[in-house]
Amino acid sequence: MFTKLLLNHYEAAAVILSGIGLANLLLQKNMIKKIIGLNIMDTAAYLFLAAKGWVAGREAPILLQDINGEWITRVDTYVNPVPAGLVLTGIVVSVSVTAVALSLTLKLYEKYGTLNIDEALLAMTEEQKIHEAISEHANEEIAI
Amino acid sequence: MNDEIKIIWLKFFNWVMGNGPRPENEIIPPELPPDLPFTRTPDKKHSRFHEITISERLIQWLSLHGLHVFANFYNILSIIVCLLIIALMLMTVADLPPFGDFHNPANNEVVERYIKAGARETGAENIVAGMILDYRAFDTFGESAVLFTGAITVLMILGTSVKKDKSELKRLHLKTHSGFEDRNFLAFAPSLHIYRDDDAILRGVASLSIPVIIIMGCVVIISGHLTPGGGFSGGAILSTALILCANAYGFIKVHEFFSERTFIVSSSSALSIYALAKGYSFLTGANHINSGIPIGTIGDIFSAGLILPLNICVGIVVAGTLYGFYALFSEGEI
Repeated sequence: MFTKLLLNHYEAAAVILSGIGLANLLLQKNMIKKIIGLNIMDTAAYLFLAAKGWVAGREAPILLQDINGEWITRVDTYVNPVPAGLVLTGIVVSVSVTAVALSLTLKLYEKYGTLNIDEALLAMTEEQKIHEAISEHANEEIAI
Repeated sequence: MNDEIKIIWLKFFNWVMGNGPRPENEIIPPELPPDLPFTRTPDKKHSRFHEITISERLIQWLSLHGLHVFANFYNILSIIVCLLIIALMLMTVADLPPFGDFHNPANNEVVERYIKAGARETGAENIVAGMILDYRAFDTFGESAVLFTGAITVLMILGTSVKKDKSELKRLHLKTHSGFEDRNFLAFAPSLHIYRDDDAILRGVASLSIPVIIIMGCVVIISGHLTPGGGFSGGAILSTALILCANAYGFIKVHEFFSERTFIVSSSSALSIYALAKGYSFLTGANHINSGIPIGTIGDIFSAGLILPLNICVGIVVAGTLYGFYALFSEGEI
């Protein structure tokens, strides 16, 4: 198994990177560090796709010319072009998700003055308790 | 009759004494019940002959150390879960076909078709560009729409809160341009990202490099079907030119040619042009009708049918979106 892992070392590195990103997502308290963990997982996916598309001894998928000026369209000249398109999709989605998550984090910081998710949750529960007390009192008033 | 007079009199009396009906929006703090220790019968567990049971000891201990123990337990458990996932995926990776081998199942007939017939069918020298903007163009349309939706969402979340008074900003801007230095203004100018007089180096470098960056971005977009690059990378380069301009000359200068309205109009019209052009081409191509879009000779700038206009559309959307992200995060508005 270990020799096979050495043979597939790019894929193995991608898998370990995604595990590190998941650990960041679970363990970090700071929201921005959590988002960085999500980005590490994205990067692991790109590395895996790029590694799957590579073929030994071939060129990048941009047409080459032979000596007579003819375009070479033999299959054994170029690497797999499909993962490049998939990685592009992944990058675009990751950029959008990161931007939306960061903007929500900014709003959280504006409201509670902290990036720590635990402190923000504590503040939120206290706020909710106050709201519940006020609404209960209002209900009693209506009943009276 | 008598009762009615009594009621009116009561109302008047209450009004004079201030006992009238309360306003609807008045919030009164909840009254706590009177806490008189001698009226309460003592609980069994508060009597001094009561022995603390094991469950009560547990509850006391949990209230003291529970959160700490839970945090430790959570950390250990999540590390175990991550290691387990890594181990499972490593076992899968060990069973995958070897890296870089020609006979991998990923290198199947789809790839063969793209490489063999891609240049003939799409006219693009860059096989990846031909793939993402011709064979799989709806996927790329979805990507551009995702970027645009992300920018609109950030605009909705951040745009309304930090809106500053534009006339005030313009007045301050004019003040600095007229050479009059207000100390109070200079004190909070860095937080507003307004044009400052003392950034001569940044402005000199920007005036030299912005045209070069714009030309570079246009070249990457326009030759997207010939060389590596295309709408996404070229749009990112163009957005760096906009961001540099905003940093060197102030957001107000950028507002003169790229405002929120420009962003919305250019991005949505580029997306609509993309959708219409590609929809037309898919309809005609799928029904074997002559679409009338020439493919041209491979290797020319004006070749590869629809790929060049589609690249330009994608470039406009990406440039606007990335600059919009920067402006929204630093300024609160595009």
